[in-house]
Amino acid sequence: MSKTVCFITRNFGKYDPDSLAGYEAIGGFRALRRALGMDGYAIADVLAANGVQGRGGAAYDMGRKWRQARDVQGAHKCVVCNADEGEPGTFKDRELLTRDPFQLLEGMIIAGWAVGADNGYIYMREEYSHLRPRILSAIAQCEAAGYLGDNILGSGLNYRIHLYSGAGAYVCGEGSALAESIGGNAGRPRMKPPFIKQCGVFHLPTCVNNVESLSLVAPLLMDDEGYYKRQGTPDCPGTKMISVSGNVKHPGVFEVPFGITIREIVYDLAGGMESDEYPLRLVQLGGASGRICSPAQLDTPYTYKGMRQADLTAIGSGAVLVVDERTSVIGFLRMTQEFFSHESCGQCTPCREGNRHISLLLDKVAAGTHTEKDIATLKKFADIMSSASLCGLGETAQSALLSAMKRFPEVFAVKEEVAVR
Amino acid sequence: MSEMVHITVNRQPLEVPAGTRVIEAAKMLNIDIPHLCYHPDQTIKAHCRMCMVEVVGSRKLTAACSTVVWEGMEVITDSKKVYDAQTGVLDLILADHKTNCLSCARNGSCELQDLCRRFNRLHPELPDISSNEPLRIDNPSIVRDPSKCVKCGRCVKVCSEVQGCAALTYSSRSADFKVTTAFDLPMDETDCVLCGQCTLVCPVGALVETDYTNEVSAAIQDPSKHVIVQVAPSVRVALGDEFGLESGAIVTGKMVTALKMLGFEKVFDTNFSADLTIMEEGSELLERIKNGGKLPMITSCSPGWVTYMEKHHPELIDNLSTAKSPQGMFGAVAKTYYAQKMGWDPHDVVSVSVMPCTAKKYEASRPELGRDGYQDVDYVLTTRELAKLIRYVGLNLSDLPDSEFDSPLGIGSGAGAIFGATGGVMEAALRTAYELHTGKTLPRLEFDAVRGDVNAIKEAVIDLDGTPLKVAVANGLKNAEEIIRRVESGEADYIFIEIMACPGGCIGGGGQPIGTNNAVRDARIQALYEIDRSLPLRKSHENPEIKTIYEEFFGAPLSSRAHDLLHTHYHARKKRHDFSHLK
Amino acid sequence: MKPFTQAAETLDQELAEKIDGILAAHGGDPTQLVGILLDVEAAVERHYIPESAAYYVSEKLGVKPTQVYDVISFYSALHDKPRAKFTLEVCNSAPCRVKDSDTLLATLKRLLNLEVGEVTYDGRFSIEKVPCFGACDVSPAVRVNGVVYGHLDSEERILDMLQQLN
Repeated sequence: MSKTVCFITRNFGKYDPDSLAGYEAIGGFRALRRALGMDGYAIADVLAANGVQGRGGAAYDMGRKWRQARDVQGAHKCVVCNADEGEPGTFKDRELLTRDPFQLLEGMIIAGWAVGADNGYIYMREEYSHLRPRILSAIAQCEAAGYLGDNILGSGLNYRIHLYSGAGAYVCGEGSALAESIGGNAGRPRMKPPFIKQCGVFHLPTCVNNVESLSLVAPLLMDDEGYYKRQGTPDCPGTKMISVSGNVKHPGVFEVPFGITIREIVYDLAGGMESDEYPLRLVQLGGASGRICSPAQLDTPYTYKGMRQADLTAIGSGAVLVVDERTSVIGFLRMTQEFFSHESCGQCTPCREGNRHISLLLDKVAAGTHTEKDIATLKKFADIMSSASLCGLGETAQSALLSAMKRFPEVFAVKEEVAVR
Repeated sequence: MSEMVHITVNRQPLEVPAGTRVIEAAKMLNIDIPHLCYHPDQTIKAHCRMCMVEVVGSRKLTAACSTVVWEGMEVITDSKKVYDAQTGVLDLILADHKTNCLSCARNGSCELQDLCRRFNRLHPELPDISSNEPLRIDNPSIVRDPSKCVKCGRCVKVCSEVQGCAALTYSSRSADFKVTTAFDLPMDETDCVLCGQCTLVCPVGALVETDYTNEVSAAIQDPSKHVIVQVAPSVRVALGDEFGLESGAIVTGKMVTALKMLGFEKVFDTNFSADLTIMEEGSELLERIKNGGKLPMITSCSPGWVTYMEKHHPELIDNLSTAKSPQGMFGAVAKTYYAQKMGWDPHDVVSVSVMPCTAKKYEASRPELGRDGYQDVDYVLTTRELAKLIRYVGLNLSDLPDSEFDSPLGIGSGAGAIFGATGGVMEAALRTAYELHTGKTLPRLEFDAVRGDVNAIKEAVIDLDGTPLKVAVANGLKNAEEIIRRVESGEADYIFIEIMACPGGCIGGGGQPIGTNNAVRDARIQALYEIDRSLPLRKSHENPEIKTIYEEFFGAPLSSRAHDLLHTHYHARKKRHDFSHLK
Repeated sequence: MKPFTQAAETLDQELAEKIDGILAAHGGDPTQLVGILLDVEAAVERHYIPESAAYYVSEKLGVKPTQVYDVISFYSALHDKPRAKFTLEVCNSAPCRVKDSDTLLATLKRLLNLEVGEVTYDGRFSIEKVPCFGACDVSPAVRVNGVVYGHLDSEERILDMLQQLN
């Protein structure tokens, strides 16, 4: 099994990403033509047959999602491309947006056709605003060429794509917060139900997909030889974009087959640890909301099932943050906590207030002045955040802490002099 | 018949209509699931997370306020996990709440206190990290205390969804998340109209009325002052709530006794000046119709509405009746007509009013409502503040005997009484306008078509003996905005419009007892109609004291003296930002 | 009764015209409020949205001032107080922190003689700590007015970056 593959990234460097003609010259928009001859359910079936799970973090079965989106009744429906890539340590969507914007647009148009939408929205994080001109130009070129607009390629599909900008709010990666933001509001998540698929952007039925998920659509539809499905493992076929960062020699974005081990990612793809002096302390997978992997878990296969069995975040955003011994476990947890204390939307009590208290308790642990009771309180409120928060942000904010409490219990052990006090 | 769904709550079977939320279903078994952001009159927010319960089969906890029951649902509210979550959330809220409970306006009527008592929080688990943000005292009506806010969002909802003002908003994120105004400006520099609905829904002491009980007590103790009081129509059907009586209890006589025992020299009835308002406003309406004056004419007795008009629709200034509100008229009469009668120097009279309303505090401060260096009304107390004064002197309202208002200025008709309910001013005006216009006696006094529902718009065409009169009634400012839209778009051609800022009218005012909700409002409306029904005197123009005051003092409605004392004017409010200088 | 209230500043003609242009570019669409405010902030030299500009946007779009304020206060990339011409946004998330962005931050503070959140007397520089902006492959990194400067792991490189700002 090769360590990296080229499926979703097959066009990288093959055409000028500012040129539609360049994209067409390497076979661009053939998938759209093919899709327009297919029924929406048949397109969803292609995704399902390839076992594609959404790449945004929730790993929802994509074929099922499209099928449901097709089924939802509504005179107007929307497709949203979630380009809010906000998980720290994640930058693979940036690469897709930078190096192959047309493949994404093609996927979005196919999505519009498949689910019966008339508008598509790209919600791109403000931090990628330098990519706005490229995306806007790509949309304009597609409109001029008849890939967007009324009666696309004679199919009867009327569909437009709009670019919306985030403004620095991690929580807007959550579907309903994103919908609020596109509505011109603060991006505070809505309660569910109603779910986004029924009531999303402008309160219309909305099918939200990640950049990577949508970029996968065109190559999958043209994958007559079944290349994608031959990658990975039998129970987890295909490839995945990962972003490797931290204390490694060669951080970057890689397309890997599922089933590669974390060890291979760190030591083969990323060139190993940055410095021989400092061995690996931990790996955080899936971004700040991801669980922590100890050195003992490095041989875990990078598949949804394998990760789940190892009590690790099942792929998530595809972030792989490698941390060496220069950073302590508690130091690392405080970094993650600082992130969530900044990014909580604040509307629900467990997340708003829980983060504040957990920060204070982590400070105590870092100072070594914590008691058994502090650790019990820490665990209790981390659990309350996970089980009682309004949205996924609060639910997953303490993943790193809770997993570290299992994997590095010694970090939380009460110092003798405190215990006797 | 809606479809029924079978569920269990704590193993007890229960059949409820499909669409019922878990929190309401549990209530049917007398299980009160703790909550803070949930409010029966509001859309669901699901922010506070106090109401987390277990649903069998679900890994996470479930918010009872936002979750609709399904067939076979098994709800658990009494497990350790639920207890830990609910007390944990409560501790989180407490740690961020400034707990100077003993000196808090809401001591005793605080929902957070209730929850702490219920969950016996003897040893809260978390350190106090509440903010030290200062009190915001920046207007005559409402005080904000951000350090007490629990961020439940009820005030934000009522301000935007019921009043359409959206003066209050959430802002910022995470630990900085709070409820505030645009750019944190003083409330009266924003779209706020000081209606006080926010103070009514706030579960804690973060939004309260500006308290004048000490000032009033001090005035009563001052032997050089004549301290008189007027009481608005809707107070007598709401005050009982503060003393444990059932919603809508009529406590007029007991209230008068209490006010006399408090030491007010004279206790008067705003119902009297409501009748006076009808004389002036009804005459004004007939005159506008006859002489081609500006129509539709819109009522002006709700100060929240008047402020709303001045801030958002100054183009309607000439549509508003120039008649002062009953409070304003009473104030003017008390320090002129009555003071002369008693031989008092108006500067020695301290005129207090008890109102269901926080905006009345602002109204009393308007420069138009005073003369010769004094204000017509010196202090406005809300129903809540009156209850505090009564408790302060150790009285229990329900034990008191009945007394009568002092006279004159103490007789009010049934028409004056129903001023407190949405549609009441309209009905009162129609009773008088009909008889003054036609010279005939009304065959039936009840104008059912304008008897409004809480939070609604009503339209009707009234037959003034051959002259059709198109009228509309709105309560709640969002409904008022809709009426204005209909008028300004030309969709409707009303002649006369009644607008009350608060849902249900004054009985639902922002100064009414805590716990006022739409069900309570309905009970109070019924009580006011009951008062009207039981009175022999039901038309303003038949009130003998009204007849006397016109004979002795004003001459006739709309006379020059009436204009001077009983009418006022309005002005467009200066905007925080005006862009007229731009090209 | 009345506390001290800051007097409202007046919107000048030049900024009003810029805002008119921004609103037109967004089709006057109130749902594009977030993008509109980003553009307004970019049009102001000190990279913030003056209260008068916010009220102007609110009036033109027909949305409540509270909504505009809520949006400005909610999003990290929007500000209601003047900032520096060049705000050095130092990534404060773990991928940069484990690559010693603490040293980068300390170096910037020393070189500019600034604390986080302060603005230099000439209004040119300030330092802010921000969450991950997706440049983890070139960490430790700084973002200034939308441009990312990566691999800032030595004082030489940091000085080089500062010299590029003008």
